[in-house]
Amino acid sequence: MEKGKNKTIIDKIWDIFASVKLAVVIFSLIALTSIVGTVIEQQAEPEKNIKLLMKMFGLGHEAAQSFLGVLDKLGFTDMYHAWWFLAFLLIFCINLIICSLDRLPRVLKLVREKVRPLPVEHIEKMSIKKTFSQKNKAAHIKELAASALDRIGFKPLESSGEEGMQLYAEKGNFTRLGVYITHLSILLILAGAVIGVFFGYNAVLNLPEGEVSSYAYKDRETKIPLGFDLLCDNFEVEYYPGSDMPKAYRSWLTVIKNGKEVMKKSITVNDPLSYEGITFYQSSFGTVPDGMQNGIIILNVASANGQTEKIKTKIGGSFTIPGTSVTGRITDFSPALSFDQSGKAFTYAEHLSNPAIFVEFSEAGKIRDSGWILKRYPQTWQLKDGNRVEFLDIWGVEYTGLQVRKDPGVLIVYLGCIIMAMGLYMTFFMSHRRIWVSISEEKGSAKVVIGASANRNKAAFEQKIDKLIGMMNAGQKGGK
Amino acid sequence: MNSSTFFGLSTVAYILAMMTYITYLAFRKTTIGIVATAITVTGFISQTLALGMRWKEFADIGQMGILRAVPLTNLYESLIFFVWCLILAYLIIEFKYKNRSFGAFITPVAALALAFIDISGMSTDIQPLVPALQSNWLLAHVMMSFTSYSMFAISFSTGLMYLIVRTEKRSEPAYIFWTVMLSVFIITLSAMGLDYITFKMSVSSQEELIKSYLFKASFFSSSPAVAVVSWFIAVAFTFFVWRFGGILKKLIVSFNISYEMLDEITYKSIAIGFPIFTLGGLIFGAIWADQAWGKYWTWDPKETWSLITWFFYAFYLHSRLMRGWKGKKVAIVAVLGFMAVIFTYLGVNLLLSGLHSYGAQ
Repeated sequence: MEKGKNKTIIDKIWDIFASVKLAVVIFSLIALTSIVGTVIEQQAEPEKNIKLLMKMFGLGHEAAQSFLGVLDKLGFTDMYHAWWFLAFLLIFCINLIICSLDRLPRVLKLVREKVRPLPVEHIEKMSIKKTFSQKNKAAHIKELAASALDRIGFKPLESSGEEGMQLYAEKGNFTRLGVYITHLSILLILAGAVIGVFFGYNAVLNLPEGEVSSYAYKDRETKIPLGFDLLCDNFEVEYYPGSDMPKAYRSWLTVIKNGKEVMKKSITVNDPLSYEGITFYQSSFGTVPDGMQNGIIILNVASANGQTEKIKTKIGGSFTIPGTSVTGRITDFSPALSFDQSGKAFTYAEHLSNPAIFVEFSEAGKIRDSGWILKRYPQTWQLKDGNRVEFLDIWGVEYTGLQVRKDPGVLIVYLGCIIMAMGLYMTFFMSHRRIWVSISEEKGSAKVVIGASANRNKAAFEQKIDKLIGMMNAGQKGGK
Repeated sequence: MNSSTFFGLSTVAYILAMMTYITYLAFRKTTIGIVATAITVTGFISQTLALGMRWKEFADIGQMGILRAVPLTNLYESLIFFVWCLILAYLIIEFKYKNRSFGAFITPVAALALAFIDISGMSTDIQPLVPALQSNWLLAHVMMSFTSYSMFAISFSTGLMYLIVRTEKRSEPAYIFWTVMLSVFIITLSAMGLDYITFKMSVSSQEELIKSYLFKASFFSSSPAVAVVSWFIAVAFTFFVWRFGGILKKLIVSFNISYEMLDEITYKSIAIGFPIFTLGGLIFGAIWADQAWGKYWTWDPKETWSLITWFFYAFYLHSRLMRGWKGKKVAIVAVLGFMAVIFTYLGVNLLLSGLHSYGAQ
């Protein structure tokens, strides 16, 4: 008694989770709440959302603030991590598993069931049906049909009985499993995501040029040891020539383990560095506060007669042009230089968008020339007297913003993606096709009845069968 | 001559084709139909040429490999590619089903989309690729997304036509659904056109127009009289469509478009669009995000809306297998699915903020 009662409860729960109704409800719940989540900015400053609510509902600041408070309590300001949203996803998974398991035995039976010869009246009732007669021996027609079937990719089996001979074949019975493979792939992807949440992390690391770190930062307090040291050799923004459009953000990184350099790579936005399961992505950049004065200015100085020298100096520093008695002194620096309409120089930003140095050139104590030299504009590098000062870099004043990620689940996610692609292909672009060709002797000619079925895309299969008949007819003529 | 000459030519051709197809629908002369097809093919060829030229121009300006210079990096280019896919798919359908009547429903969508580019004054300049977009995934991700969007656009048109053909009474929910849907579609487009005409002097970008001036020339006008009249016209227009919707039905039926065929095309275009969308839009997008930002899924509005769209079409495909969900109910899902597509494509970029915002430039 007790056992029987238990079973019915499990059956009831099973039925609920196997129902399409639940799937519809959970689909709608996920979709509707997600919509709310795209309107309310997630994990954002409260003020942003207060403004949004004021605009959307015409509320006052106070009312919007208390409304946001309610939304915050309900988890809508970080809803994709709220317990109830995760519960929806969990129910979705259980629903997917139970629905699939519920239908799988029937489908497996269909997949395993071997195609068998059928009585002619059955063949004549198939959804694709062709009948024709040919003046020839049945045995010859059978040979033609067998080779034609082979050419359209079927391996026919034979049987003969009172009604005559029959060729029958099937293809793609496994494609019926495509739907379940797709469902499995969704579960794999979600499993990979869960593994990522529990065994991985996302952190950031702002690393100034020339500095080393052995930690990444989840937030201000939480440090995560990397297990090795990371050095930022250099950071650079490349621009499209003649414009302020950035072309690439590039960091030169070095991995140091136990005091030894083990890896060197320059990374860009779409090309990260991976070492020991930890990946570093180029995500932002900025200037070190009050760092300009200590920045190292790297110049390549060339005299008119071709002597060159690489020089490292600082703001306020001096250098000599090789082979001459001309000295240059860097008297001013601008991280972002521009000129106004009257030609007066001014700085338009605090970050290094257009770095420039002001150099005074003197010989024997007399100032001969002075002017701005811009890193991004090589035409300013050439001096009037034929000498040349190439402004290569100001180093040590910028930091590179790295996204640091460790995710052991990502491989499972990728595997799930590949399986999903296969499952979808099987489901939408392949089908389970079966064909029967019955050939019987009738008053000196052979009567051919072709019946066929496909669980998907019947029209395409019918075209294939027309091709098959065409091949049989052509073989017939050729045989004469 | 550059790409914009040929783009202009194709816009004119599609507008002409639209008028010719409608004339064909009215007079049913085969010659007119052939002319309509010829104009569409001409437009398609010149658009194909223009796309190729723009690709070349882009590669030259951006100084990058030809594979990365996909001309699909802003709203203007994506709309043009969408129209190209749509016309290609339509020409295939016309050829396969030997039926020109769909032309009168598809070419207006193409002409409207291209006209939207012109009247909204969106930037047609070639902009070099920002660092985030410099990836080999761009080609596969964007092309496949837009191919699937065009398939969904076709399923939307045929789904709507299916509802027009299959509904009988004005009190039927499905009838009310399609009349309201069609009216809202037309009213929204007209209202946006009106916004543009009224405010084009005072805005600097089309993004600003939509963000700050949406429906300010009509429904949300500062003058109460204009607002009231606008709402009245909108309601009256909806009523008009509802009252005389039967005429549209007669028109479609008179052209040997059977509801079975409409249902089949709706299903087939979704059955092609869905796997392409899943693979190119969601999976490739996730892999790309993973390589660029180290996160394959961040619940960014674009991602979330793609997922919502995906749910709609997954539901459509499953619901055909359910009892009692054939016919009109599924067609409604197909129509709603495309609403989600439009929002994923345009709404997210224009109204919400997120990582995909460069699409709105």
